[in-house]
Amino acid sequence: MTKDRFTVIGQPLPKIDAWAKVTGETRYADDLVMPRMAYAKLLRSPHPHARIVSVDTTRARAVPGVLGVITGYDLPPIKFGILPVSQDEEALCREKVRMVGDAVAAVAAVDEETAERACELIDVVYEPLPALMSIEESLAHPEVRIHEYGDGPNVHKNVALQFGDVEAAFARADLVREDVFFFEGNTHLPMEQHAAVAHWGPDGKLTLWSSTQTPHYVHRLLAKILDVPAAHIRVIAAAVGGGFGGKLDPFAHEIAACKLSQVTGRPVKIALTREEVFYVHRGRHPVLMWIKTGFTREGDITGCHLKTWLDGGAYGSYGVASTFYTGVINPVTYKMPVYKFEGARVFTNKPPCGPKRGHGTPQPRFALECQLDKAAEQLGLDPADMRRRIVAEPFTKTANHLTVTTIGLEECIDKVVEASGWRTKWRPWAGRASTPGARRRGIGIGCSAYMTGAGTAIYWNSMPHSGVILRADRSGGVAVLCGATDIGQGSDSILAYLPAEVLGIDPKDIRVHPGDTDLTPVDLGSYSSRVTLMCGIAAIQAAERLKSAIAQAVAAKLETTPDALVFRDRKVGVPDDWDKAVSFADAVALGESMHGVLAFAGSYAPPKRAGKYKGGGVGPSPCYSYSASVVELTVDAETGEIELHDVWIAHDIGRALNPLLVEGQVEGSVYMGIGEALMEAQVFRKGVHKTPSMLEYKSPTTLETPEIHTFLVETDDPEGPFGAKEAGQGPLLPVIPAIAN
Amino acid sequence: MKAQLSLIVNGETHEILVAVHKTLLEVLREDLGLTGTKHGCELGECGTCTVLVDGEPVLSCLALPLELEGREIATVEGMATAGELHPLQQAFAELGAAQCGYCTPGILLTAQALLAETPTPTRDTIKQALAGNLCRCTGYTKILDAVELAALRMRGAAGWAAQIPRAT
Repeated sequence: MTKDRFTVIGQPLPKIDAWAKVTGETRYADDLVMPRMAYAKLLRSPHPHARIVSVDTTRARAVPGVLGVITGYDLPPIKFGILPVSQDEEALCREKVRMVGDAVAAVAAVDEETAERACELIDVVYEPLPALMSIEESLAHPEVRIHEYGDGPNVHKNVALQFGDVEAAFARADLVREDVFFFEGNTHLPMEQHAAVAHWGPDGKLTLWSSTQTPHYVHRLLAKILDVPAAHIRVIAAAVGGGFGGKLDPFAHEIAACKLSQVTGRPVKIALTREEVFYVHRGRHPVLMWIKTGFTREGDITGCHLKTWLDGGAYGSYGVASTFYTGVINPVTYKMPVYKFEGARVFTNKPPCGPKRGHGTPQPRFALECQLDKAAEQLGLDPADMRRRIVAEPFTKTANHLTVTTIGLEECIDKVVEASGWRTKWRPWAGRASTPGARRRGIGIGCSAYMTGAGTAIYWNSMPHSGVILRADRSGGVAVLCGATDIGQGSDSILAYLPAEVLGIDPKDIRVHPGDTDLTPVDLGSYSSRVTLMCGIAAIQAAERLKSAIAQAVAAKLETTPDALVFRDRKVGVPDDWDKAVSFADAVALGESMHGVLAFAGSYAPPKRAGKYKGGGVGPSPCYSYSASVVELTVDAETGEIELHDVWIAHDIGRALNPLLVEGQVEGSVYMGIGEALMEAQVFRKGVHKTPSMLEYKSPTTLETPEIHTFLVETDDPEGPFGAKEAGQGPLLPVIPAIAN
Repeated sequence: MKAQLSLIVNGETHEILVAVHKTLLEVLREDLGLTGTKHGCELGECGTCTVLVDGEPVLSCLALPLELEGREIATVEGMATAGELHPLQQAFAELGAAQCGYCTPGILLTAQALLAETPTPTRDTIKQALAGNLCRCTGYTKILDAVELAALRMRGAAGWAAQIPRAT
């Protein structure tokens, strides 16, 4: 397969929504305005753990301009959660709050200020309960229960998997290391604060516009929470101003806006403040890790035993999946023939953790890669050479039954080693470590793998994970309808490029209509790096079907066979007789004449590769991306201050459908990894976030972000659309350990 | 308390009646419908709401319209003229410098002010100028590249290319 085969694929095209974004025309949820629209605010708990004795809304209702006030008793008594196994949230808490920031009431008013003032006049009597603030505290105090369900007092989930005999593997090893690591929690910090507009129409039908990454899951859960048929609910994903996993759950504010719209008979908007976004959270789990690994003299891994303890916060969210993810992806990077994993997620009275870019995998990746470096040092091996030697085998199964396809990690390592000058730096600098002087220059490496889409849906079903409808008409324009949500990663653009490639037209001729549960086929959402692969394949399938129908009609007109026809340059014809080729618009018209309306669907479901064991559904993916990174920095040995100089990163993307977009994802991942490694930390004091603002929660600016040198490695994966794999999450993973190493 | 104000935004004069404590950000978005100006914190921390006042970057979430009568306020909606994009907008679109696009208007305007004052900025100068604008998507790389490209093109338009000897 050569690049020449493609006209759109592989080109560094601007995103199709770039023009709207640079002119300020893109409409995010908080930009939406409707006639008679009311504004809502939530009253949130100031206590990390308390029983709600009473909620009195009398004074709030009396405020002029207040249109509606609701508490948990105005909603059906139905708990919810994104995972079927963790139905533990209430939009507005009835009997108990479990964290500072839990919502207890909501007000809609003529403006935001009035709603806010009315919230302050709601009288809530709390009876504070002991609050548990860490994994250790929660396990030490079983007499205090945050939830009544789970695998033990304050234990949300225990998981244990074993593949082979680790003790025997350690006995075979020349070196066995046991290390303990802790990974601090952090948050997504999207630039856009979550916002939603709900309109419960006089026909009894509900429409919600929201900054969400998962309109389908919100749709499903709204039906459950509000006890309304899903057929009467429409969820539209507005343009999302950054997600990173922070807009993947159904949220209290969305539900409250819906209910308040019903109560007031008006459209209701709710926009979270930055402080509220910090409490809504669902970010990186703090994870305590114990890891024991056996190595041979040459650096091969004989076996690995990993235990993780996750500080889950107050609710389940995606936590069961997060817990599995701290374990199951680890054997994908290197050959790891024997593997044992035990994980536990613990409830605490803090904002709930959930999926942040890399979902559960950056923490163990950090631990494993750091341990690998320590082992290399003990064995006298170059850490880059050692990693290259033990890269997993392509087209094999891992110890935990995950099927891997192409692996470009060796080439990734070669690229960053060469570009960074590793050979002339690592050994001389390592030897200088004991020389005097506070400021020392160092260089480190890290590697990783990440999945390209979760192989199973969040709720068990055998339907497609993604669907696309293509509609063409005599204008020569093509409409793409797909439930995917563009959160900045460029999925709308991918949905234009792929059909354009198949149909030989310009991406400009294609209009993409994403994320609208009334109009678009279901796509599960923008998470787990699934969109390009799953929507992409569905889009290609739909385009091939459309192409075939058009070809049949054009073949009849040109008196040839459909397979003799070529679609290119907005024309359809026989290459040897190109003068007679018809324009794409005329070709569609011929198709419409022959077949009627031209609308074709494509769908995608991942291969069923779940391991035949409990928990085997988490981890399988159609294919895995690989990354390697080298970081050069100066550290002040006395103050610990670190200055980054350069980051080199190579990413196995399968195929870069648009290298510009892939580089953007890689650079953004590197940046976010740097922030996690060096600056970003969530600190709580008695359940109150110590830094709930963008000034206090330190994240890298242009000044802290070093030059990032990106290399793309193409492996043309048989599972991906035109060979492509993911780019949005994997490249974050190697950066953190590379900095630490 | 409300006040009647005359605000000049993107060259157009608007007569408005607004509560005196409303910020410029709120007035632009809610009273004038100019939602291209975004908000990330409303506390002056993230740079997202940056607009230009007499050519200088100002955080609109901290500015009071009451104090800005008669001043030239510029928002992202005013950057393109007669349907033609500003070179910064063109470069941001071409190089993928806008991912989610939410911080983009504030960064474009900050960069516009920089280039007006410093037509040939070094990469470090651009970094300094944009240090008050957070972006969570791009890692800043493509943003810096786009500002450099726009600066190059703007100088090119002024005959810059002719003045520099080129390797052939």
